Amino acid sequence: MTYISPRPHGRPERLVVVGNGMAGMKAIEETLERAPGRYAITVFGAEPRVNYNRIMLSPLLAGEKSFPEIVINDAGWYEANGIVLHQGDPVVKIDRERQVVRSRAGHEVSYDRLLLATGSSPIVIPVPGKDLEGVVSFRDVDDVERMLDAASAGGNAVVIGGGLLGLEAAVGLQARGMQVSVVHLAGWLMERQLDQAAGFLLQRELEGRGVTVLTEADTAEIVGTERVSAVRLKDGCTLPADLVVMAVGIRPNVDLARNAGLEVERGVVVDDFMTTSDPAILAVGECIQHRRQCYGLVAPLFEMAKICADRLAGIETNGYAGSITSTKLKVTGVDLFSAGEFQAGDDCEDIVFRDAARGIYKRLVIEDGRLKGAVLYGDTRDGAWYFQLMRTGEEIAGTRDTLIFGPAFAGAGAPANPSQAVAALGDDAEICGCNGVCKGRIVAAIQSEGLTTVDDVRRVTKASGSCGSCTGLVEGLLQAALGDGYEASEVKPVCPCTVHDHDTVRRLIRVGRLKSIPAVMQALEWRTPDGCHVCRPALNYYLLAAWPGEYVDHAASRFVNERMHANIQKDGTYSVVPRMWGGLTSPKELRAIADVAERYRIPTVKVTGGQRIDLLGVKKEDLAAVWADLNAAGMVSGHAYGKALRTVKTCVGSEWCRFGTQDSTAMGVALERLTWDSWTPHKVKMAVSGCPRNCAEATIKDFGVVATEGGWDLHVAGNGGIKVRPTDLLCKVKTPEEVEEHCGAFLQLYREEARYLERTAHWVERVGLDHVKARVVDDAEGRRALYRRFLESQRHAQDDPWADQTVRGTTRNEQPALLAAE
Amino acid sequence: MTEPLDWYEFGPVASIPRQSARTTRTDAGQIAVFRTVDDRIFAIPDRCPHRGGPLSEGIVHGHKVTCPLHNWVIDLATGNALGADDGCAGRIPVRIENGRIMLGLTRAKAEVPGD
Ligand code: SRM
Ligand SMILES: Cc1cc2nc3c(=O)[nH]c(=O)nc-3n(C[C@H](O)[C@H](O)[C@H](O)COP(=O)(O)OP(=O)(O)OC[C@H]3O[C@@H](n4cnc5c(N)ncnc54)[C@H](O)[C@@H]3O)c2cc1C
Ligand code: SF4
Ligand code: FES
Repeated sequence: MTYISPRPHGRPERLVVVGNGMAGMKAIEETLERAPGRYAITVFGAEPRVNYNRIMLSPLLAGEKSFPEIVINDAGWYEANGIVLHQGDPVVKIDRERQVVRSRAGHEVSYDRLLLATGSSPIVIPVPGKDLEGVVSFRDVDDVERMLDAASAGGNAVVIGGGLLGLEAAVGLQARGMQVSVVHLAGWLMERQLDQAAGFLLQRELEGRGVTVLTEADTAEIVGTERVSAVRLKDGCTLPADLVVMAVGIRPNVDLARNAGLEVERGVVVDDFMTTSDPAILAVGECIQHRRQCYGLVAPLFEMAKICADRLAGIETNGYAGSITSTKLKVTGVDLFSAGEFQAGDDCEDIVFRDAARGIYKRLVIEDGRLKGAVLYGDTRDGAWYFQLMRTGEEIAGTRDTLIFGPAFAGAGAPANPSQAVAALGDDAEICGCNGVCKGRIVAAIQSEGLTTVDDVRRVTKASGSCGSCTGLVEGLLQAALGDGYEASEVKPVCPCTVHDHDTVRRLIRVGRLKSIPAVMQALEWRTPDGCHVCRPALNYYLLAAWPGEYVDHAASRFVNERMHANIQKDGTYSVVPRMWGGLTSPKELRAIADVAERYRIPTVKVTGGQRIDLLGVKKEDLAAVWADLNAAGMVSGHAYGKALRTVKTCVGSEWCRFGTQDSTAMGVALERLTWDSWTPHKVKMAVSGCPRNCAEATIKDFGVVATEGGWDLHVAGNGGIKVRPTDLLCKVKTPEEVEEHCGAFLQLYREEARYLERTAHWVERVGLDHVKARVVDDAEGRRALYRRFLESQRHAQDDPWADQTVRGTTRNEQPALLAAE
Repeated sequence: MTEPLDWYEFGPVASIPRQSARTTRTDAGQIAVFRTVDDRIFAIPDRCPHRGGPLSEGIVHGHKVTCPLHNWVIDLATGNALGADDGCAGRIPVRIENGRIMLGLTRAKAEVPGD
């Protein structure tokens, strides 16, 4: 065994890395941890960008993440560690004699140690038409961009290959609005990870989402002249296609190594210490072959990276012994886990559990009294435990009968709950496969660094930071470690009906294209049949905001005030507040109000704090008539009952006031006309003052405008309620059009990002004013897009509920008198 | 108390949208008849045991309703307040016959109050 010892004269050794991907940079991270400063590192990457998390390309495609969110090490990291990065510049030659690599751009760099981490390339099946425009693979950010480009025009996508990548691509493209077909050669989906039964459940789930799945389907030709137009199958069937994604497998990138004369078979051959046939050259990742085995998942690559780092740091280890791998499909709402062997041989025995009603299927494969494989569909909570049993090769004879029910049962027979299940795991049990983090590491971090939230754990250990499917396990660990202390964490479920917090629910509604309350509850596994008074109104709002014009409002999920379009009082009567645009009224309106008050014997008429008139104590059965009379005088609902735009207070402004600098009244009316009837996470109040004396109290409003000599100051996130909070200055603008654009954009950002029942003040304090400025002020293009989305949503919203005939029915919900049965 | 129950027809099940309530007036006060998401029918007096809020205007979820005034949650099957709150709205027997809702009331209670 040769160990690398530090150079006697102390000059850092030169370490060159070929491949700026997941395995290579993981090996560097681990090396820097073990032997900081030992190496002067140069990295060549063929891709023109920093190191990112490749497995997150699926969420990137589906729109669940943005590129900055999937970057693992940004430019600052390279700089801080003195790493020279040549991005977009592949190495084309290794000169082993001189210990020099040469890049395409002509850089020559000498090395003492060379690390190959070139990953692999997608296999392209050699059918006619494979080079047509619109035929892509799914490997890097450029591929995703090509797919998004095609998806932006809608149309049909054909994904060739029903494995992990193909299915993630299919679901992602579907989420982007394409009609997707999956063409798969084998008899069922993901045949290398799933048995037939689980493959069938998965197929049914995807078909339920509108993806067409063709199995035993072999591609004959990709049809098209310049661009692809269809895919023809060997059975003669033709599928229209504007985009074809080939996802049929990967092949290790070995050309560079082969040309340098290294020992290469399917991959670059390495020993247990990740060393190639040249002792100065190591290799890790998908490009290698170890004990005749190649790998295509990150968990084994991370194990290799650690062994490689030990080697580079001169630490003695037992070396790498190969990995058992497990697979999860990163498709929101599909729980699928598979590990080990499950193509049962003659000496294997199977334990199968099915619950058709809940769509659960579990199969364990046992050989020689040990667990060899597991396929879990629909309920994957125990996956980590089974995986651990497989890796340790533990005897399971004693627990065989209850094994299928998971760890809680196998132990004391106590009922299963997630924190118990995770408590049953050993310290070296892997929790996060994506980042190779085991239970012991997380527990230690929780204890030594006083972590209390999933976000904390993510930040410190990276666990659950990638595909996120182990979030439940991480929560279980927090729960076990902190007990009641964990309840105080930041991530609060919307209500006891769900484990998800508001932000997650919103994100998954968009990504999963969930368009009804039952669909959300089904996909996100609500624990109650139809939610409760807390989650239903929130879901109703989120759906309304996500799918304007498409989602049909669900009256039974609204609080009585919003259902009745009036405010319930303590005696069961209602108050009615007609809109007075910008606080302006007229003799005609006042007369109509007076008539209504007399006609329906309304006991109290009051001027509100929002510059309009409240009619209090209206009987429920009179509501429809009161609205009709007010409508007849041209008045509409003031939404004084709703999580919606309330009032726009104004002062008299330049039209009358001796100090007024601008027409604040007209500006207020314009803003109210723009924004009325928009549903928002909480109520929204606005005001416009004609000069800095600020008679309309604009600086305690959600959106406040103060006129100046030169234009308008725009203020946001004020609150005059329970805790007074003055506004923050958003920006200064010149014209009324700019005021409207900023107002609409600000409201839309609030509508898209805030949690239900979060006023703008609390939202802005949470996300920071800088964030709001970046989106609404600095990014003009983004502002206009927000404004457009606001206008689009308003196009479907601006109907007066009082004038809407269907609403009138809501007041007539009394049955006629009871009839005695004969 | 020992007076026998008579059955009174309230109306068809279909007259109540799911997750909603309809009401009827009797001498003994307003009755709220609920239809749940799984099409079960329950009837209770339309008065919250807290401060008399109209339960028929609440959000119906599972076999429960949340009072619109202060969010007490009432169990529709028993009329009891759930959780930390204490009180009972009462309960009225219900039978479904050929898709029609029948309420079990004593004769005196079923009378419609004079207008
Ligand atoms: C009618 C009115 C009082 C009045 O007689 O003037 C009023 C009445 C109510 N306010 Fe208000 N607020 C009224 C102006 C205000 C104002 C002043 C303003 O809008 O300029 C504030 C402080 C400004 C602010 O909101 O930032 C105000 C802060 C609140 C709050 C505390 C909000 C907060 O975020 O802290 C609540 C409670 C809530 O919303 O949860 C509240 C809630 C209520 C409710 C809706 C309570 C309820 O749910 O029953 C009251 C309804 C009475 C009814 O049946 O009509 N009301 N309320 C005012 C109606 C204005 C309008 O024309 O729409
Ligand atoms: C869409 C998608 C989803 C996935 N999902 C999962 C998942 O859920 N779970 C899981 O475990 N795995 C998943 N994988 C697999 C996982 O991403 C890979 O196993 C992992 O990225 C391999 O790491 P690597 O460093 O070996 O290769 P890569 O990450 O591909 O890095 C190799 C890098 O080397 C560069 N390179 C190649 N040749 C040269 C050269 N001559 N000079 C310079 N640079 C060069 C390449 O451009 C590339 O950037 C997924 C992969 C994809 C594409
Ligand atoms: S203070 Fe300014 S804005 Fe208010 S009324 Fe007077 S002049 Fe007009
Ligand atoms: S009156 Fe029902 S909760 Fe108060």
